[in-house]
Amino acid sequence: MAGYKPVAIQTYPILGEKITQDTLYWNNYKTPVQIKEFGAVSKVDFSPQPPYNYAVTASSRIHIYGRYSQEPIKTFSRFKDTAYCATFRQDGRLLVAGSEDGGVQLFDISGRAPLRQFEGHTKAVHTVDFTADKYHVVSGADDYTVKLWDIPNSKEILTFKEHSDYVRCGCASKLNPDLFITGSYDHTVKMFDARTSESVLSVEHGQPVESVLLFPSGGLLVSAGRYVKVWDMLKGGQLLVSLKNHHKTVTCLCLSSSGQRLLSGSLDRKVKVYSTTSYKVVHSFDYAASILSLALAHEDETIVVGMTNGILSVKHRKSEAKKESLPRRRRPAYRTFIKGKNYMKQRDDILINRPAKKHLELYDRDLKHFRISKALDRVLDPTCTIKTPEITVSIIKELNRRGVLANALAGRDEKEISHVLNFLIRNLSQPRFAPVLINAAEIIIDIYLPVIGQSPVVDKKFLLLQGLVEKEIDYQRELLETLGMMDMLFATMRRKEGTSVLEHTSDGFPENKKIES
Amino acid sequence: MVEEENIRVVRCGGSELNFRRAVFSADSKYIFCVSGDFVKVYSTVTEECVHILHGHRNLVTGIQLNPNNHLQLYSCSLDGTIKLWDYIDGILIKTFIVGCKLHALFTLAQAEDSVFVIVNKEKPDIFQLVSVKLPKSSSQEVEAKELSFVLDYINQSPKCIAFGNEGVYVAAVREFYLSVYFFKKKTTSRFTLSSSRNKKHAKNNFTCVACHPTEDCIASGHMDGKIRLWNFYDDKKYTYTCLHWHHDMVMDLAFSVTGTSLLSGGRESVLVEWRDATEKNKEFLPRLGATIEHISVSPAGDLFCTSHSDNKIIIIHRNLEASAVIQGLVKDRSIFTGLMIDPRTKALVLNGKPGHLQFYSLQSDKQLYNLDIIQQEYINDYGLIQIELTKAAFGCFGNWLATVEQRQEKETELELQMKLWMYNKKTQGFILNTKINMPHEDCITALCFCNAEKSEQPTLVTASKDGYFKVWILTDDSDIYKKAVGWTCDFVGSYHKYQATNCCFSEDGSLLAVSFEEIVTIWDSVTWELKCTFCQRAGKIRHLCFGRLTCSKYLLGATENGILCCWNLLSCALEWNAKLNVRVMEPDPNSENIAAISQSSVGSDLFVFKPSEPRPLYIQKGISREKVQWGVFVPRDVPESFTSEAYQWLNRSQFYFLTKSQSLLTFSTKSPEEKLTPTSKQLLAEESLPTTPFYFILGKHRQQQDEKLNETLENELVQLPLTENIPAISELLHTPAHVLPSAAFLCSMFVNSLLLSKETKSAKEIPEDVDMEEEKESEDSDEENDFTEKVQDTSNTGLGEDIIHQLSKSEEKELRKFRKIDYSWIAAL
Repeated sequence: MAGYKPVAIQTYPILGEKITQDTLYWNNYKTPVQIKEFGAVSKVDFSPQPPYNYAVTASSRIHIYGRYSQEPIKTFSRFKDTAYCATFRQDGRLLVAGSEDGGVQLFDISGRAPLRQFEGHTKAVHTVDFTADKYHVVSGADDYTVKLWDIPNSKEILTFKEHSDYVRCGCASKLNPDLFITGSYDHTVKMFDARTSESVLSVEHGQPVESVLLFPSGGLLVSAGRYVKVWDMLKGGQLLVSLKNHHKTVTCLCLSSSGQRLLSGSLDRKVKVYSTTSYKVVHSFDYAASILSLALAHEDETIVVGMTNGILSVKHRKSEAKKESLPRRRRPAYRTFIKGKNYMKQRDDILINRPAKKHLELYDRDLKHFRISKALDRVLDPTCTIKTPEITVSIIKELNRRGVLANALAGRDEKEISHVLNFLIRNLSQPRFAPVLINAAEIIIDIYLPVIGQSPVVDKKFLLLQGLVEKEIDYQRELLETLGMMDMLFATMRRKEGTSVLEHTSDGFPENKKIES
Repeated sequence: MVEEENIRVVRCGGSELNFRRAVFSADSKYIFCVSGDFVKVYSTVTEECVHILHGHRNLVTGIQLNPNNHLQLYSCSLDGTIKLWDYIDGILIKTFIVGCKLHALFTLAQAEDSVFVIVNKEKPDIFQLVSVKLPKSSSQEVEAKELSFVLDYINQSPKCIAFGNEGVYVAAVREFYLSVYFFKKKTTSRFTLSSSRNKKHAKNNFTCVACHPTEDCIASGHMDGKIRLWNFYDDKKYTYTCLHWHHDMVMDLAFSVTGTSLLSGGRESVLVEWRDATEKNKEFLPRLGATIEHISVSPAGDLFCTSHSDNKIIIIHRNLEASAVIQGLVKDRSIFTGLMIDPRTKALVLNGKPGHLQFYSLQSDKQLYNLDIIQQEYINDYGLIQIELTKAAFGCFGNWLATVEQRQEKETELELQMKLWMYNKKTQGFILNTKINMPHEDCITALCFCNAEKSEQPTLVTASKDGYFKVWILTDDSDIYKKAVGWTCDFVGSYHKYQATNCCFSEDGSLLAVSFEEIVTIWDSVTWELKCTFCQRAGKIRHLCFGRLTCSKYLLGATENGILCCWNLLSCALEWNAKLNVRVMEPDPNSENIAAISQSSVGSDLFVFKPSEPRPLYIQKGISREKVQWGVFVPRDVPESFTSEAYQWLNRSQFYFLTKSQSLLTFSTKSPEEKLTPTSKQLLAEESLPTTPFYFILGKHRQQQDEKLNETLENELVQLPLTENIPAISELLHTPAHVLPSAAFLCSMFVNSLLLSKETKSAKEIPEDVDMEEEKESEDSDEENDFTEKVQDTSNTGLGEDIIHQLSKSEEKELRKFRKIDYSWIAAL
């Protein structure tokens, strides 16, 4: 009646990180390329235009790297003091940077000397950005001011003196040429409009603001200090959510190319990836040092992270085209699959569906036809035993349930029995497999005891197995001793008497393994 | 008001279907099978039970079609009678009284007025095949004492007798020999297996025999799984060939109608078809679920059917495709889970097929569905230790189902798995939610859900022999990718490492009682603190339950030493105790009552009591001679109203119990016939109309009529004829089209006949159906209706006469006959 039921393969919970589509996506990067810079890398910025070069600001230099180059393809080093915040214009042809001495310099990518120098700030300029119309530059400095500069005639247009502490971060709106945002150590984030002479919006972050980010639509604002906070601009700067996932100050923010994920880098040496719908952490990266800057290339092809120790870590996405290189077997054409599927039912036709054929694994096909030894051979294949030992164990268990395990194990030659023994040696001591495999080991010993001593290879394996079991018994004894000690400690600590409420102590597996060999 | 009668123990449903070979009707539309004292008639297409033929006073042991009239059926029973039935209408035609116990029945087309039966006359284990001459007499009950002896010293089972080659001989097998009796020569030949004394082949005794319908060929099945085909030329000369595929005993054999193929089945639960009697040409129908007990072939040759040990009949097409399954209550295995009631379907739930839970409807005596719990290939082999489904429980109003399965090969090797199933409203079934490997180190002894109405979190408690009880709660397991819930362990409790034997939640879910061998512990279900302990030093606690409703302050415990204790939870003291060896203790979900079944050397007794007072409400001694294993209260859909105090406990719920021999019994005051009538009558009416376009017109009409009919039955008002009894309609439907007058002519008569006559009170309903007018006009239409009725009365007669003038004479007769039809039988309903 019912069809063949395939063998239930025991699944075990995967400890640690869960595999989700996000972990798969963010783990799909090659091992990072490390580039040593002269000082702490304070800013990394990708050119928005192909070939997506990136500018790295470290110490008094700005390096431009190509996508796969390990050496800078260009260097701007005409700074007297530390340079800050080298940022590309939207067309990728101009670059602006602030510096410790209060100057703002504008460079042409192809040239070497600065095109423009905007003088006016009295202290270090930590943030600069181009406005959306490409002809103005916004800068924020430690002299508490925010200035708007005109590029063609290199003049200061506006000055805002509303902040009461250092202005350390800022960004311009990508849609409106007049709007830009700055964050300051006075715990506020302010939005300025070039058409008016004062801020149009101010939100209280609560801690010194290290980084701000405006969503492409301009509707949401993210500010980062000790915590990452997301503000709804359309509701007049209402706090949407506060993300407290880092345990040190968050220094940089970045959006993924799809806009679905938000990345934050922190001094606690972690980069966290949030979903922008639920604001839950979906992935996290670890780095060697505190992170100061972070940037994602077009289509998330590259992740570049700059750290306090001057190391620049560059991760490239693994290319997916590699699999294509294998010579593929010619499959039937698409039209064979849809053959007859688009037939319209006529009035007098009776539609009879062919029952869907259930796909069975090869070992299941063998078991269905009661070819037990063949099924066991199949799962003792090295590719299966190493990659998926749980399948092998499940088949052994199934054979035992069918009462034919001894038959399947019997009658093997030296090579085949050493396959089985190899598997046992590898997996016998694993707690999840032990109950099944101990039984199998006992059966093997029973079967092959008469012929022992005929093959040095097999004898060696048996000795190895014996050693393993002895070691495991010693280990279990030690565990039991430890458990006894812990019990005693718990007993003295417990105040209540009469009941022994045991809260989930993991008691190893107190199984006595006795294998006589 | 129900008449106050004595409460009797009544067998309810779950009767065996696989006791004897099923028999097909000549047109393969129906299949008959013996079922206890009854013969059941099933439709082969819809799997519905069409009729239950009752009349026998003891187990029915054989059924055969009447070879002379294929619309009649013979049945024989242990009560010593042979009965002849009209199975289409379900009417008993004749009873032949033979006088001694009949064990099997055979009919032969060649022997017109006699049938063959197996009787045992002298000693209890010697059976004879005799032929019984059935006297021709018009009376209902006839004595048939004219027995003529055919074969002696045969096997009791009808599988060991077969008539062959158009009734020329009869073959019987027993142990190691095959005897063939030739009717013409009146001689018996014996063929003994040559190797029967050889100890090596000790397992080749005969198990069954089948004869080729037209040739001199006998097939016999053997214990060792071999099938031997015997060809004999005369008394002494014979040859046999061997067919071997089965690795276990051959349970039954059957030749197809033409004799070209042979069917065999056995414990492997594979139906094998041997074509042309060769070993090479064979076809299989595997995985039929359980051991094949019987195989039968329809006379038309288009269907086979197999009866299985799990109380199932599978109807199989000629091309070896199963087409229908008639499934009764599965009974061939021990019940570990006990009896439960699914809160949604109100079905009885218990162990079914191996690894399945069966949901069985008590009302319709039919299995609703099987839930595959273990989900592994079932290997049907003798001596294998199978995974057993040991515990199951429903929780949260049927939203959750918890099951425990275990397999223990040796003392130390225990495989234990707990599964939690969630009810899915879309698919209307249970879907696996959480699987827990080794929830405990040792066997789980009890499992219970917290069924409090306002519990915010589903909670499950498991008690185990390893000395712990664990509390499992449903937790939210969802993340941004999916919404999910799963069960996790919340708390582990123990009491001095004693084995936990029972657990039980109080009605409001605030307290949990767990018994540890002799000691009962009470835990707070919020903080999981131990509140108090009770100990009576009267043996291990076997059953534990809280009182309900007004008695919720009491806790009841039954111990192995035969003491029933009742503790008061407010005073934490023993309220009362009684000496009672309780085997089953079940609380009624709808009242305070608790039923306890005690076991003594004579039989089982039932006690119904309230925890608040030690004096029982009701006692019934000797409800069963056997041990009662499980019991359950089933809430009634419609409450009964027994006024007598002793029977009041049956008002809201009905008590069912299962004995050791797996018969399902209950308490009732009605006779079984009374209970059965409504359903069987309904089916009868439904069967009589074919599903034609007319049916859809008439079906609706008839439903109204049925409602009326019920009313009239209650109030004894004027009776209405059923639609199919209106002559005009039946004429229209049953007369061949080419002899009918033109449709235009018949139309008015047909439409008129559909109108209700004037006397019925509900004439209003017709205008409502016909035209949805406003209410204002309804009065007018009423009058109009009256008017048309009058017209119809006159015109009907006029038209009728017109027809008679034009119709042929035979039809004229028919019409007259219909007019004379007596509807008085409706009054008898």
